[in-house]
Amino acid sequence: MSDWEPKIVAFLCNWCSYGAADLAGINRLQYPTNIKVIRIPCTGRMSPKFILAAFGKGADGVWVSGCHPGDCHYMEGNYYARRKFTLFKNLIEHMGIEPGRLHFSWISSAEGTRFAEIANKVTKTVKNLGSSRHLIKKINAKVD
Amino acid sequence: MLGYITKIREISERLLKEGKVDMVIGFRKGTVPMMNEPCVVKNPENVKELVWDSNCGINLANYLTDRKEKIGVVAKGCDSRNIVTHLIENKIKRDQLFIIGVPCKGMIDRHKITSMFAKEIKEVVEEENRIIVRGDDYEKIFKKAEVLQENCAICIHRNPVIYDELAADLVEEQKDVDRYEDVRRIEAMPAEKKGNYFDNLLSACIRCYACRNACPLCYCLTCFVDESRPQWVGKSINPTDIRTFHFLRAYHCAGRCTDCGACERACPMGIKVREFTKKLEKDCFELYGWEAGMSLDERPPLDTYRPDDPDFIK
Repeated sequence: MSDWEPKIVAFLCNWCSYGAADLAGINRLQYPTNIKVIRIPCTGRMSPKFILAAFGKGADGVWVSGCHPGDCHYMEGNYYARRKFTLFKNLIEHMGIEPGRLHFSWISSAEGTRFAEIANKVTKTVKNLGSSRHLIKKINAKVD
Repeated sequence: MLGYITKIREISERLLKEGKVDMVIGFRKGTVPMMNEPCVVKNPENVKELVWDSNCGINLANYLTDRKEKIGVVAKGCDSRNIVTHLIENKIKRDQLFIIGVPCKGMIDRHKITSMFAKEIKEVVEEENRIIVRGDDYEKIFKKAEVLQENCAICIHRNPVIYDELAADLVEEQKDVDRYEDVRRIEAMPAEKKGNYFDNLLSACIRCYACRNACPLCYCLTCFVDESRPQWVGKSINPTDIRTFHFLRAYHCAGRCTDCGACERACPMGIKVREFTKKLEKDCFELYGWEAGMSLDERPPLDTYRPDDPDFIK
């Protein structure tokens, strides 16, 4: 499986991490193409359903990124998100998802370099874990 | 707890006669052993239907959602905490309620008892601290402590936190209880083993949604399992769908669950569905110092934040 590449879904906040991805592009910084970006208005908009749907449809990793705490465009969206993510991550890892499948980060729109770095790190971690097994919905031809 | 009945009936009769409430929600004897059912009494003559024993595990807060009438409700410790949660979430108003508080000594675990007998159980009689189980040709006596529901055995809020009148004197709360022993046991496993553990746990699930329906927190008009555009959870008994359902069901109870055990009690397959909600309960307690349903003045943990919350995100 040496040529295997993971599929990673990234949910990026419109006001910061998405801008950081843009900046990384403008600066010609390299980051892996495994990352498929979905733009969200704020990390406060994230629902646990999005992450589970991504895993269910075959993502090997999910990455959610938003503004640094205190810098939310909507004043407090990421503070609420932080509590939600903490509980979410703890529960999903409690249920047996390997730590490293699910990533969170705070990246401001000025941090293009940091975006590329974290994108590399996320991809590397997920690649090392191999393809996802637990939450992918497989079509099972066997009928009991 | 057996002496409570007279008092509950007396209070209910008085409330109905004086017109203070339109109905009293309590329990009546079920048609099969260990299954008392919720009942609504609207006529003072019918208060003799009401009972109270150790088979009243259903959470009556479930029947208060969006009611417009004035309601008298019989509430043990966990019910009262769920009533507080309902009040916080504006699902009912305080002045609509007359809460008949019942200091609780724990409910008996019907799954545990049923699984011990191969033959049908015909009768379960309760005496103070003793449970007598009878079938056609057998009889067995248990100490009540042996057959308590798991959540009752580790309960630290047996007395109602909010009430208008008590059906009996407050009972002594359990001290030195290790509430999260089972959660820690799972936390200590490696990821692979955790995955297998939950796969096994959920393998019996038939997606009947009894856990959801029994839960006083699950009152959404359209549940996520019924949403079709987009459809977040498939309707099959595919393992991923089952996992997703249980994950989201538990997550929706984050910071709201009072560990009343109604979900586990309702499960026809005997799945320990509390294993999910308890992890969240533990996290909410350890990270945010939150216990659900204890106060009307505090906002639930996911409805508020502190700038200095613990931050695992770098």
